[in-house]
Amino acid sequence: MKSMMMKSGLLAAAAVLALTAGVSADPVDEQLVIDGQEMITRAKAPEGHPFDEVLSGWLYREAETRKLEEDSFDNPGMLSVEEGEEIWNTVEGTAGKSCASCHDDAADTMAGIAANYPKWDPDAKRPINIELQINKCREENMGAEPYAFDKSGQKELTAYIKHQSLGDPVSVDLSQGEMQQWWERGKDVYYTRTGQLNLSCASCHEQNNGNYIRADHLSQGQVNGFPTYRLKTGLTSLHNRFRGCVRDTRAEIPKAFSDDLMALETYVTWRGTGLSVETPSVRQ
Amino acid sequence: MNHTRRQMLAFTAGAAGMAAFGFSALPALADADATQKAIDEFAAGATPAEGRISLTAPEIAENGNTVPISVEVESAMSGDDLCESVMILADGNPNPDVCTFRFSELSGAATATTRMRLAKTQNVIALARMKDGTVYMDRKEVKVTIGGCGG
Amino acid sequence: MASKPRIKLPKKASAGEVITIKTLISHEMESGQRKDKDGNAIPRQIINKFTCAFEGATVFECDLDPAISANPFFEFTAKVNESGTFKFTWVDDDGSVYEAEQAIEVA
Repeated sequence: MKSMMMKSGLLAAAAVLALTAGVSADPVDEQLVIDGQEMITRAKAPEGHPFDEVLSGWLYREAETRKLEEDSFDNPGMLSVEEGEEIWNTVEGTAGKSCASCHDDAADTMAGIAANYPKWDPDAKRPINIELQINKCREENMGAEPYAFDKSGQKELTAYIKHQSLGDPVSVDLSQGEMQQWWERGKDVYYTRTGQLNLSCASCHEQNNGNYIRADHLSQGQVNGFPTYRLKTGLTSLHNRFRGCVRDTRAEIPKAFSDDLMALETYVTWRGTGLSVETPSVRQ
Repeated sequence: MNHTRRQMLAFTAGAAGMAAFGFSALPALADADATQKAIDEFAAGATPAEGRISLTAPEIAENGNTVPISVEVESAMSGDDLCESVMILADGNPNPDVCTFRFSELSGAATATTRMRLAKTQNVIALARMKDGTVYMDRKEVKVTIGGCGG
Repeated sequence: MASKPRIKLPKKASAGEVITIKTLISHEMESGQRKDKDGNAIPRQIINKFTCAFEGATVFECDLDPAISANPFFEFTAKVNESGTFKFTWVDDDGSVYEAEQAIEVA
């Protein structure tokens, strides 16, 4: 009766799909407060934005996941932030310097900095994010090898630096250099359907946020909490998540920090204008 | 294996019904024996009773990798009224053992929280053993959702 | 273990008070159930025991199995009667022992 069982299983699966299709749930109406500091999880969208209001992914998560982010002790991502702090203070490279040698105490010198990234890099003539800024510093000032993608503490140091902007509203300056053109390119990437599943970023995060994809409550796909602590994979970088999303559409995966993904980072960061930096946020 | 469609659907929906079975009848899962064996060993001859222990677990876990659970046992935590230990089991994991908390008078209260892994929707079982040898049990079904994106 | 264990408990308490303690340690908690890219089983390596003691007396212990999540977290209580130091110990499958201490002032 194997075939019968398989058929029954399929019927059951179809029934489940029928039940979940079209199910949607509003993001919660709650305030995220981390160690007494209020986070902006709802902000008026900037001009030209498809939404009226931009919403943090925190509002789309279940209560237990939301709670993990509310206390910096309970947040497992803070272990990585502490690792990042050690890296910040560790001397590396031929110049005999650590990050702290030039930038002293990150709590002072890095406060609010990451909320305004990506920025225009006039040397490279492209947008630069925190990961690439770290690599630039390592090569030019420390005499150290640049980090390979997601390796050797890149995520942890990025999380530590971004965490110094916790609570600060995200704002990218599109008037710098050619940022506007990169924003346009990022917008193209965002709306271009790719892969065997023929999905764009917008298919899920613009047209279907609030709906369920199987059991996942789709958010607006905001990036204000990256690197984020995913219950599934631990500390996860933004470009890792971009690549994971693209892989799931069964498309060719662009390289981390490639022109397409830097343009996308620029555009998607703008889409979250006004939201607090939540690094390290906690997500499913 | 002559399953009718109705039986098969009932089987797939079974996980949802298990919580209603009560303590005497453990669901006939492949590893129910291992779970029952662990309960018997912990109970050491006592029959697990309802009450005194309460297990808190989410009804739905967004990801089975990190599921917060808490236990609280009513106990004065002094003299003979002392909860010595609490064992946590999960009857649908490859191995039912999760952890065993051991308390003392210095604990002040028999309460603990941790984070656990659940391979699929299943029952989480908490057993408390008191100094007088009595054993109490609570159980919660946790539904583990399958994400839409492997991302 | 990549970073220091994290401990959270109050600096001060009154005699006889029951305080809440939280601990978090960085550890993969490799379950032994996973396979690597070549299909070979990744051997189990977990923290198998956690102990909290106050001035040498055991307050709380936990035996851990592979079903405990990565970066083991515990929240539990302790009754404090006098000033002293809590000692926390995590034992790894490979025999490593990770330790942390934190004092409390009891008035």
